[in-house]
Amino acid sequence: METALSSTPIREEKRWQKTLLDLCSNPLTISGLVIVGILVFTALFAPVLAPYDPQEIDTFHILEAPSSAHLLGTDGLGRDCLSRLIFGARISLLVGFVAVGIATAVGTVLGALAGYYGRWVDSLIMRFVDIMLCFPTIFLIMAVIAFLEPSIWNIMIVIGLTGWMGVARLVRAEFLSLKKRDFVLASRICGASDLQIVFGEILPNAIAPILVSATLGVGGAILTESALSFLGIGVQPPTPSWGNMLTEGKDNLEIAWWLSVFPGLAILVTVLGYNLLGEGLRDFFDPRKKR
Amino acid sequence: MGFIVFLLKRILGLVPTFLGITLISFFVMHLAPGEPMSLQADFNPKMTPEMRQRLRAQYGLDKPLYVQYAKWLKGLVQLDLGRSFSPDRRKVWDKIRERLPVTILINVLSMLLILAVSIPLGVRAAVWENSLFDQVTTVLVFLAYAAPAFWVALLLMLLFGIEWNLLPVSGLHSLMGYEQMSLFEKVLDWSKHLILPVFVSAIGGLAGFSRYTRSSMLEVLRQDYITTARAKGLPERVVIYRHALRNALLPLITIMGLSIPGLIGGSVIFESIFAIPGVGQLMWSAVMARDYPVLMGNLVIVAILTLLGNLLADIGYAAVDPRIRTGLQEQE
Repeated sequence: METALSSTPIREEKRWQKTLLDLCSNPLTISGLVIVGILVFTALFAPVLAPYDPQEIDTFHILEAPSSAHLLGTDGLGRDCLSRLIFGARISLLVGFVAVGIATAVGTVLGALAGYYGRWVDSLIMRFVDIMLCFPTIFLIMAVIAFLEPSIWNIMIVIGLTGWMGVARLVRAEFLSLKKRDFVLASRICGASDLQIVFGEILPNAIAPILVSATLGVGGAILTESALSFLGIGVQPPTPSWGNMLTEGKDNLEIAWWLSVFPGLAILVTVLGYNLLGEGLRDFFDPRKKR
Repeated sequence: MGFIVFLLKRILGLVPTFLGITLISFFVMHLAPGEPMSLQADFNPKMTPEMRQRLRAQYGLDKPLYVQYAKWLKGLVQLDLGRSFSPDRRKVWDKIRERLPVTILINVLSMLLILAVSIPLGVRAAVWENSLFDQVTTVLVFLAYAAPAFWVALLLMLLFGIEWNLLPVSGLHSLMGYEQMSLFEKVLDWSKHLILPVFVSAIGGLAGFSRYTRSSMLEVLRQDYITTARAKGLPERVVIYRHALRNALLPLITIMGLSIPGLIGGSVIFESIFAIPGVGQLMWSAVMARDYPVLMGNLVIVAILTLLGNLLADIGYAAVDPRIRTGLQEQE
């Protein structure tokens, strides 16, 4: 008994080491982690990293091609593109977390309700999911945005509230299979309430797929925000976002290619990073691919 | 017989979804701070409270919500979606109707492109699993998933339109001399204008479908009947295309139905970039002008189109799956 107790912490630590090692042995995961890490770092230290003030207008240096003074050139108001790109990382990071956080929370609660209670609760919620899936997301977002002020927060909330359907389906499926397991039955016999069973027993076992889908969802949320900002109904200038920087790129397409190329590249790499991380996590959690 | 029963059931099942779509659209419309008409009223300095009240009554906004909903629904069924707030005051349905064909044309073309490219690609990638071809395809798929479509559109405009001057980058046809063209020249002119928009709207689908085809094929190739087919000495081509592909394509039909909203949603982006007068552009300008009747009309019509698209996909699925065709097994 004594030895068993004393050996537990060591075993636990070794298991964690092995887990970390497993996670890091996948080159996909590593590249995803590195990209996301760079994004977080850039967003956090934007004021230190940016060579210029992103909103400082310099009418003597309008639309200058990339040079040693302005590594990525300047825009139509003479603002430094690299600095704007660096500050734009903040929007992308924020949108990813908030929008996906909302979508995951709503989807998890509705999916759990549907899967756990079944019957009419299930039919009602799943019918609602089917209906929501009939609307092209961007049309729905645009319709709602038209009534609101186009602020960053409104955009993030609306993206979150229109993106929970996939998570709901996933969580429902997990609950359907998990609720029949013996450990759930056991805790019910012990007198656990529905709330305890849902949040204490079933949900912790469904975390892995939720985490994977959330990670993969971040990329989608970033793409949606950039598209909205590009169309002029997302993040409003002068706040720099990669999407609204591209609007300016479009307006100056014939004379300033750098305005179109770099912000898009930033979006591509960021979304790629989240997707790689998500795929890596999926492989990691997939029991069929366990080494 | 079984097929007809299946079809009837499916169509009946659409009714609650349809009602749900209209309810959500109606709800969104009433999110408006104040009222849809308050914008008009606020800009009019001569507006008195009595006039405002009269205007409310005229729009039926003084009635209880369920009466308003019933009235709106009745209008919708008769394709009467009200009149636009824009100065021309045209009927919303007329505005949508003249723009729908273009959007549908581009989406159908891009769906065809997606199927024509991604199915062979996915099949090859699955047959040559882990080969160089498979790996290159996977990398391309990942890039296509992560690339913002509007950015790709900008780059293509930059290269094909400006650098190399190969393709036109805006509108559906040339503005100069279009009237004088022969029919053949007109078709050619349209095609040149459509290449970039169709390709841009297909990118996401190309990536998705190649991936689904690949994994669906891999799944099927592991089945016993494939081993049987090989064991009895059928040529590999027959095994892959007749035995495996047919079964692998089944789940793809469902995914095709599910991908319709995304495809239509993309219209907003490429139509505004390439200046194509379709439903997406209408939606965008309605948002900019806060033209609520057009906005809501668009939302409802597009959702109903999606619903019909899903129905078509279901029918397609049933038509190729003998289990449903003969009514031996109910779906779900």
